[in-house]
Amino acid sequence: MLVIKDLHANVNGKEILSGINLTVNPGEIHAIMGPNGSGKSTLSAVLAGNPVFEVTKGEVYFQGKNLLEMAPEDRAREGVFLSFQYPVEIPGVSMVNFMRTAINEHRKYNNLEPISASDFLKLMREKKEIVELDTKLTNRSVNEGFSGGEKKRNEIFQMAMLNPKLSILDETDSGLDIDALRIVANGVNQLKNSDNASIVITHYQRLLEYIVPDFVHILYKGRIVKTAGKELALILEEKGYDWIKQEIEE
Amino acid sequence: MDEKNIIEDVTSSEYKYGFTTEIETDVIPIGLNEDVVRIISAKKNEPDWMLDFRLKAYRYWITQKMPSWANLSLPEIDYQAISYYAAPRSTMPQSIDDVDPEVIKTFDKLGIPLHERDKLLGIAVDAVMDSVSVKTTYKESLAELGIIFCSFSEAVTNYPDLVKKYLGSVVPYTDNFFAALNCAVFSDGSFVYIPKGVRCPMELSTYFRINAANTGQFERTLIVAEEDSYVSYLEGCTAPMRDENQLHAAIVEIVILDRAEVKYSTVQNWYPGDKNGVGGIYNFVTKRAICKGDSAKVCWTQVETGSAITWKYPSCILKGDNSIGEFYSVAVTNNYQQADTGAKMIHLGKNTRSRIVSKGISAGKSQNSYRGMVKVQKGAENARNFSQCDSLLLSDRCGAHTFPYIEVNNDTAIVEHEATTSKISEDQIFYCNQRGINTEDAVGLIVNGFAKEVLNKLPMEFAVEAQKLLQISLEGSVG
Repeated sequence: MLVIKDLHANVNGKEILSGINLTVNPGEIHAIMGPNGSGKSTLSAVLAGNPVFEVTKGEVYFQGKNLLEMAPEDRAREGVFLSFQYPVEIPGVSMVNFMRTAINEHRKYNNLEPISASDFLKLMREKKEIVELDTKLTNRSVNEGFSGGEKKRNEIFQMAMLNPKLSILDETDSGLDIDALRIVANGVNQLKNSDNASIVITHYQRLLEYIVPDFVHILYKGRIVKTAGKELALILEEKGYDWIKQEIEE
Repeated sequence: MDEKNIIEDVTSSEYKYGFTTEIETDVIPIGLNEDVVRIISAKKNEPDWMLDFRLKAYRYWITQKMPSWANLSLPEIDYQAISYYAAPRSTMPQSIDDVDPEVIKTFDKLGIPLHERDKLLGIAVDAVMDSVSVKTTYKESLAELGIIFCSFSEAVTNYPDLVKKYLGSVVPYTDNFFAALNCAVFSDGSFVYIPKGVRCPMELSTYFRINAANTGQFERTLIVAEEDSYVSYLEGCTAPMRDENQLHAAIVEIVILDRAEVKYSTVQNWYPGDKNGVGGIYNFVTKRAICKGDSAKVCWTQVETGSAITWKYPSCILKGDNSIGEFYSVAVTNNYQQADTGAKMIHLGKNTRSRIVSKGISAGKSQNSYRGMVKVQKGAENARNFSQCDSLLLSDRCGAHTFPYIEVNNDTAIVEHEATTSKISEDQIFYCNQRGINTEDAVGLIVNGFAKEVLNKLPMEFAVEAQKLLQISLEGSVG
């Protein structure tokens, strides 16, 4: 589904990603862990097409298509979803209007008619339940006045609405209390099936107790330096990142 | 695409209404003097009192200078280089069959059908091209209710007493430079009279179209709402794309008696000039309503996207006790457009209330100023005003300015003013992109969200149009 080959990327002339290789197949959950500044969020931003980052080398194929040649909106329409670490507030634009616009753009891309008002409301009701999102919030402007936890739940709600093939969760667990974490993880698990895949970027092992990964990758200095099964997360939790650093430096 | 490139793309989109109509036009030679004023009056077969009004105004105007206090870089305007009267050749048509087919085509293209059978649902239209009204629809059915809706010229002929009574009563010819000019040379416009206790069952609207080159358009509108009456009125404006600037100086006067209500909405989309700032309409407008009676209410709503220069401050004189004045505005400037616009609220009566909501959106290299005045006079016990001015910046080379003037002469008054300035951030755009919404639609979404409170005040039929208009005016202008 996703093939990343030797991906290099800069921000303001400084190299952050230094040759990432990663293959993600349908039905898989990949966790990407790593110390601060290792390039985890950069990887997610580059995949989503954030113009702040400049790709200097490498290839990314998504379902056989060259992802790096696509505009960010087309990547989204192809089925790449990014759950933002810091969701953005858009004053004056209601969640309802925002979501309907987004869904209709996806539908237009797939040569479908705009969604009917009643189908849309039904879909909203259904998906809100997955993350226990209050109706009060969907009536507000996008992320405006949402608490940190509400913003993260709102990201997963949007993911549920758009039904992506590949979802990238960028530190979705940061700033969440244990209850919110469970709700968010629960939502992600409900949305999982054999046709879609997730990349879960996280700092801590905690989230991986709820979202069980098939693979854990350790990102360090812009490269994936270690890949293993879910047990790797536990080792990291216990020993921290220092032993990895040592292993690399040697 | 980086930020700068996106800005460069600004308004590669063409002005949609920029076409010209090939019709025979009766244009008087350029220049302005007493004879020209007399010619205009004669062409309209006006009575002596009307000519006297014009001449008084003209004599006052020549003693005045163009005001320079606005935050506008005003070019020198050569008032002798303009023609003050232009009319499609065919004279006042008696029925739709007398209207030049080219004129009908023009208004069709603009989405304003002059045939009543192609009616714009529930809206009566007075169509004004250059200096004359070409057709007023639904006149007869409105007349059954005692409502008068006709061109200003017809009103002078058919309802001289009403016109005499109210003409210049809200905006005297001595009011300002452009008002004096308008009073001297005004050509046509609309007249509306709503009798006592009548609720006008349909939206009334005037559609102004400048067509001829090198001419100015000087129309005036007079609306009188008798006790307990109600009317909602809308004006729309467009003009062809021309390299030279054209002058538009209009007057709107509204008189509202006890418990009557008038809603006046404007969608102003005069040609704004091209992206290098060449051409475009100079729009100098004086609009004022007086709530003469107790508990009278006036609401101005404006969506201003056009004109190279806009100078406009719709005002409410709240004379009657418990009267209410409201002003809702969205002003968009792009490229080299300049706008200095806002509202005036003059509280004279007791318990008068006013509200100003102004949303300025600036893009490109444009300058957008809000200038508003709230004045509470001595006798205005318990007057209340709330003003809110929000500015949204879309580029790093545009400007947003706010000039509020507050004068309170009564201790019981409560006057509030709030202002914000914000910018569309790249983060917001990327967030929308990531959800599958392209940059242009994202800007449209954010801008419409920003302006929502004002757009909601427009008559339903026009709210959708206005939303599209905002989006088109700002196409590509993110930064």
